[in-house]
Amino acid sequence: MINTIWIVLMGGGILVAGFQCLGLDYSSASGLVMNPSFVPLTVLTKGLFDSAKASVNLAMGLIGIMALWLGLMKIAEESGLVKLFARAVRPVMVKLFPEVPPDHPAMGAMVMNIAANMLGLGNAATPLGLKAMQELQSLNKIKDTASNAMATFMALNTSSVTFIPATIIGIRAAANASNPAEIIGPVILATGVSTTVAILAIKTLQKLPKYRMPEPEVEGEEV
Amino acid sequence: MFQGVINGVSAVAIPLLILAIAGHGWYKKVKVYEVFTEGAKEGFTVAVRIIPFLVAILVAIGSFRASGALDLITDLLSPMTAWIGMPGEVIPMALMRPLSGSGALGIVSELINTYGVDSLIARMAAVMEGSTETTFYILAVYFGSVGVKKTRHALPAALLADLAGIVAAVVVTQMVFG
Repeated sequence: MINTIWIVLMGGGILVAGFQCLGLDYSSASGLVMNPSFVPLTVLTKGLFDSAKASVNLAMGLIGIMALWLGLMKIAEESGLVKLFARAVRPVMVKLFPEVPPDHPAMGAMVMNIAANMLGLGNAATPLGLKAMQELQSLNKIKDTASNAMATFMALNTSSVTFIPATIIGIRAAANASNPAEIIGPVILATGVSTTVAILAIKTLQKLPKYRMPEPEVEGEEV
Repeated sequence: MFQGVINGVSAVAIPLLILAIAGHGWYKKVKVYEVFTEGAKEGFTVAVRIIPFLVAILVAIGSFRASGALDLITDLLSPMTAWIGMPGEVIPMALMRPLSGSGALGIVSELINTYGVDSLIARMAAVMEGSTETTFYILAVYFGSVGVKKTRHALPAALLADLAGIVAAVVVTQMVFG
């Protein structure tokens, strides 16, 4: 997918710039006029090099803020704050995942993943999310089909329940925003909307015949 | 009033969170300084690790933008997005966000560079970045890791949520910063 997007952006841009070099002018009174020039391609080349340079500046500006968040996260882990948080949200989790026993390891892994997402720590969230999927798979009756709990977990993940969008705040700080964190409030609101829609959609769609969980095949049925 | 509350939440969230984490760690007798630096070490690695992705996507987007190709697409779509208050410049962000996290990050950076970090366009893209996720990537990686092939209602629900998130980001940004 990303390969297709990349070639469309890169190649499409070069082709469009090349086409503009022909300098076709349809608006001229004397019909179609051609003013060939290499300017669009030289502009394009400069744009490419500028973009390459800008990406490294961006990453350098991010180092300090990433370090700050990862350092704080490490303290929260060691002090048991992460575990405390897991216990606090347990009632909500039990409602969202009725198929998962409350004390199953899947619950703990999902809570940690969602907490990392809330703090905007994508890199910390992924390993925990993969662990949660493995635990959910151990409860799943049909191994090649997503269980209701898995689909709900995915919907929560992709709708991204975020309180501190750390990465984007970091980027805004690196770009010298007058108030890098001012987007937190709007993000919480927008993410609340998308998460609500995600939960409603997942719980509604799972009842449709098209998406119903198939019955597990009973082994040794063949005659 | 509404704007005041939102700004208040934004202003207080990070200092409060840092105080809570550091204070709780100190209270629990964690060696806060040493543990912090241990975690912070990874900051450099993470930032450097994303450079190849940033260069790849920023240069590709740069090509699309500098050539005028993006203007063509944006002109095509902007009458449709205008009625929810979404400027044409943000359309590429909405299109890229579910597909590629690094790509969306690249577009935000590009919009910040072009229009200024405190412009409505850059703020809207930032809210979008913060409130939506890389749906296709997450579904592929998470389901792939446990060998699930039939994802049932997961994708349609996730895409509905993405659409809601993008529209909400536009509306909220207009209300707070517009």
